[in-house]
Amino acid sequence: MALTLTARFRKRLADFTVDVDVSAAPGVTIVFGESGAGKSTLLRCVAGVSRPDDGRIAIGDHVVFDAASRIDVAPARRRVGFVFQQLALFPHMSAADNIAYGLARVPKADQRARVDAVARTFRIAHVLDRRPADISGGERQRVGLARSLVGDPEILLLDEPLSALDHTTQSRIIGDLLRWNEARGIPVLYVTHSQREVFALGRRVLLLEAGRIVADGTPQEVMNAPAHERHAELVGYENVLDGVIATLRPEAGVMAVSLAGGAAQLETPLVDGRVGDAVLVAIRAGDILLAAHRPSGLSARNVVSATIKSLRRTGAFVAVFASCGAVLEAHVTQSACQELGLREGGEVWLVIKTHSCRAIVPV
Amino acid sequence: MDWAAMALSLRLALMVSVVLLLIGIPIAYWLTFSAWRGKFLVEAAVALPLVLPPTVLGFYVLVALGSRSPIGRTWEAWTGHGLAFTFEALVIASILYSLPFAVQPMASAFAQVDRGLLEASALLGAGPLRTFWRVILPLARDGVLTGLILAFAHTLGEFGVVLMVGGNLPGITRTVSIAIYDDVQSLNLTAAHLTALALLLFSFVTLSVVYAISRKPWAVAPWR
Repeated sequence: MALTLTARFRKRLADFTVDVDVSAAPGVTIVFGESGAGKSTLLRCVAGVSRPDDGRIAIGDHVVFDAASRIDVAPARRRVGFVFQQLALFPHMSAADNIAYGLARVPKADQRARVDAVARTFRIAHVLDRRPADISGGERQRVGLARSLVGDPEILLLDEPLSALDHTTQSRIIGDLLRWNEARGIPVLYVTHSQREVFALGRRVLLLEAGRIVADGTPQEVMNAPAHERHAELVGYENVLDGVIATLRPEAGVMAVSLAGGAAQLETPLVDGRVGDAVLVAIRAGDILLAAHRPSGLSARNVVSATIKSLRRTGAFVAVFASCGAVLEAHVTQSACQELGLREGGEVWLVIKTHSCRAIVPV
Repeated sequence: MDWAAMALSLRLALMVSVVLLLIGIPIAYWLTFSAWRGKFLVEAAVALPLVLPPTVLGFYVLVALGSRSPIGRTWEAWTGHGLAFTFEALVIASILYSLPFAVQPMASAFAQVDRGLLEASALLGAGPLRTFWRVILPLARDGVLTGLILAFAHTLGEFGVVLMVGGNLPGITRTVSIAIYDDVQSLNLTAAHLTALALLLFSFVTLSVVYAISRKPWAVAPWR
């Protein structure tokens, strides 16, 4: 039977306090936020490996922590599945022994059957005899998942379990995990700072910032509507630029923003403001087109000349950092990067649609 | 070479190692994982034999085991003879003297086990005992082995404590290092040479084994 997690607690950390009130129904709930926002602390408190200063945590009716009545159930008795970012597989045991570790109370014969079953689900039957050091990163991640799930936990906590993997492997593992949970329907709290995983996994996202939940909704709601600068940075607007409103054209629903650094002006959708007001312009790196020569005959309103400062290859794409006074980050594919002949110090044209620029009045 | 003394030393070192295996592991575990604020006092006490002159340790052990002490009296009541200047006294003194040599490598090996693994173990339902047997001990095996070998070798070569507590009774408390001392005193240099060389070789081989196992420097100084 599927249970709901309810956690309302406070825990003081060195530089801020995690103060949350979360209820997670069966299914995947994403906990999204930048590193140091308190995501791991949230999971660790639910799991019982960290102790909140105050509050109450329950899995269904099973109260596992209650400061008022001094309940603090040991992690071993919470029936929580936990996959660490570093996995924490036992290096001296085979994958099979790792998975069977939590089945101490299950008869030996059944242990083997359950390990085999979960190994089939997560496609690791062929590595069961090998040790963690002798299998691939994706397989290790699968072993970690299998180990925490084989004991049929009542709730699953995942702390950036896939962040070290390439996108294809990520997607496959996410698919297997979702299929596994279709039958079980337990609450899964999934911590990540990757937008891809947010959209691939969740129907619900909690946005955590400095220990507090600042947004709660579907991935589309939370990720596409930044309320202020911090969110924009958080949810994947790689570019958040300072500027001032140069001209307003209410009749066209647009305005021009002069970027700090002087050089460039961008046309953006209109916001509530006057000429001279400071605004922030947020642009996703994937929304910027690059051109080797000045393009013409485009519908895009913003065509800006820039100099490439640096190129960084990250997996499938290349991050291009180009300066037009302000430095913008743009993402292109490896092959596009080659065909355009992009190199450090080279000239490039940035093409940005008006509606790819989100103007935000700072709070 | 004094074979009786050699046999006695080996027997002593073996017994001390076994006892230190049994009591050293719990002490090392406690020193590593206890959150008690006064822990440093116990750490200091365990490390004392590293800096204390053997004669001082031997003297206090002798006093503690003597027929006027409670321990000595109880022992006499049980066995009918005194504890001082017996093989048993040597064992007790050697355990104390070699304690840090066993405990420190063990504790430092326990401390090196990734805390994430211990949390993972707990989250998978294991209590402290299961975590220790299945995770900590296998991963700290080299450190435990190093501790035992060091304790063994150290006991084999000790002199001052043995002399204070055991005296020099052939077949009972005359260990190999005392035999060498005796031989030199009586100008029996050939015998001293042989025994000394045997001890030197043995110690070298022992330490080679330790370094080969651990490939990590072990510190005689406190481990943190």
